[in-house]
Amino acid sequence: MSTTTQTEPSLLARASNVKWSNYVVYIGFVLVFVFFAITQTQYFLNPTNLTNIVIQAAPITIMAIGMVFVLSTGEIDLSIGSTVALSALTAAVVLQSTDVWWIAAAAGLAVGAIVGLVNGIFITWVRLPSFLVTLATMGLVAGLARQLTDLQSVPVTDKAFVWIFGGGNLLGLPIMVWWTIAAVLVGWHLLRQRRYGAHVLAVGNSAAASRVSGIKVNRVRLMVFVGSAMTAAVAGLLYAGRLQGARYTLGETDLMTVIAAAIVGGTSLFGGKGTVIGALIGSLLMSMINNGLILSGLNVSQQMIVRGAIILIAVSFSLRGKKNS
Amino acid sequence: MPSETVLPDRTDSGTPAETPLRLVGIHKSFGGVVAIKNFDLDVKAGEIVALVGDNGAGKSTLIKIISGLYQPTEGEIWLNGQEANFRDASDARAKGVEVVYQDLALVVDQPVYMNMFLGRELTTGPLKILDRKRMATETQQLVDALDVRIPSAKATLSDLSGGQRQGVAICRATHWASSLVLLDEPTAALGVAETAKVEELILKLKARGAAILIVSHNMDQVFRIADRVSVLRRGTQVATRSLADTTHNELVAMITGLAS
Ligand SMILES: Nc1ncnc2c1ncn2[C@@H]1O[C@H](COP(=O)(O)OP(=O)(O)OP(=O)(O)O)[C@@H](O)[C@H]1O
Ligand SMILES: [Mg+2]
Repeated sequence: MSTTTQTEPSLLARASNVKWSNYVVYIGFVLVFVFFAITQTQYFLNPTNLTNIVIQAAPITIMAIGMVFVLSTGEIDLSIGSTVALSALTAAVVLQSTDVWWIAAAAGLAVGAIVGLVNGIFITWVRLPSFLVTLATMGLVAGLARQLTDLQSVPVTDKAFVWIFGGGNLLGLPIMVWWTIAAVLVGWHLLRQRRYGAHVLAVGNSAAASRVSGIKVNRVRLMVFVGSAMTAAVAGLLYAGRLQGARYTLGETDLMTVIAAAIVGGTSLFGGKGTVIGALIGSLLMSMINNGLILSGLNVSQQMIVRGAIILIAVSFSLRGKKNS
Repeated sequence: MPSETVLPDRTDSGTPAETPLRLVGIHKSFGGVVAIKNFDLDVKAGEIVALVGDNGAGKSTLIKIISGLYQPTEGEIWLNGQEANFRDASDARAKGVEVVYQDLALVVDQPVYMNMFLGRELTTGPLKILDRKRMATETQQLVDALDVRIPSAKATLSDLSGGQRQGVAICRATHWASSLVLLDEPTAALGVAETAKVEELILKLKARGAAILIVSHNMDQVFRIADRVSVLRRGTQVATRSLADTTHNELVAMITGLAS
């Protein structure tokens, strides 16, 4: 074994070397949980309520996992919120005319694939910054969603669709929990166990180093945007199934929550570092805060204020540590 | 001043197998800017050739051409007797050409073993899952064999010093190079002790029979480790000399173009 010529660092030195910022999300999660458990004991700890937290979080969790890949390459995707609405509305409209759940779902997913490809192509081929491209497609897609049904909501009544993307129950667990588990497993596998994930992180760290190492940088970038838009499309289907209808406002306010969940979870806003499990915990944390604030009887505007403040605190904790390390 | 390299006979079907690198009439221009004109060089197995010249002379450009990042405007690259046409860096890597860059082509947030296998990660099973264990073990063996002192193959690169990082980069080149290693100012950012360590590594590479082309601004270093030196001045190859046949002053004169 080759070791450093210096002596091993003492236990104390090693303890202070631990990157606490990596654990901020878990500590925060426990603190918030304990806080609401004490202040709202009666309702908060109710198993139905706890399951609800996971169910409510499902679309955010899935999109946050897509966002982890985008942020890990050092890019950002602002268009996910609008993609949610367009995917949900497209699926609902197709469902109305075909009455076949999987054709509707495929149509919704196709919307995601197209938006992702458009983002990816403008970012890799035209070489525009992802911030600008996705800002533009955010508006463009939102416009399409409004245009599609002329601002009208579309009901979703198909039983199979509503079961699969909303209220279903499988082996005693709500279908939303299964969606969450599936997304986490797929995301974790791709990021941690595949060469693709290693390349995503490498590109975010140094695109130049990746290029000279033979990594197809542009293909990796394109793929993360397709993946991110696809997670938004899935989230759109889940909203349509759970709310049994689609509306152009779906996903409107999700962008901030998704980015916050990913960053609080330990994914770097500057690329190179990403964690799928962290995004899950981050998303559950956001959902828990939401839930607790409602139980505390705050009105919608007060909730927004408190949530914004909490996100600010949480994000500054995780980002400060990152820069120092 | 004409180059002392003997031009290869173009009717010859191939160069001798012991010539890992042969450059013939390499010319490169970027739009109107001529970066390299008519460059010829042979590098033999177990030989270290230094490439020297002032800032902007075209040294890095030449390294990038040999490593497939740039395509020469004119000229031929021969590797082990075969003409090579690289479309990109992965082509050159597939032919066993490895490069150690001035600005460290490594990813700092990843462990040492991931850097060692960057772009060529090992996988296992039908699902092609990353074989982190085997990558870490092989990295550790290589690092031990070359005596590069790092805490562990699993250490994150950002926790290593500049010299340790360059050590990792050279290990990587050693691991993958089948015959040719290009080094572009590998010690530019290093202190005295770390430079010595890296030079030691380069000499080990040479002992293993690699052909080595190294760019350096440090004349003492050139005299310490190189067998021959080729001088570039504003894209023109001024001379190629055996170090035994030249002096420090002559070299400086050739680089600057001023008589000493
Ligand atoms: N991609 C490019 N596009 C246009 N011009 C370039 C490009 N790369 C290099 N050059 C030009 O080619 C010339 C040689 O540059 P090069 O980087 O090879 O120099 P160098 O010898 O490595 O210098 P240094 O010692 O400073 O590293 C310079 O005039 C540079 O401006
Ligand atoms: Mg250079």
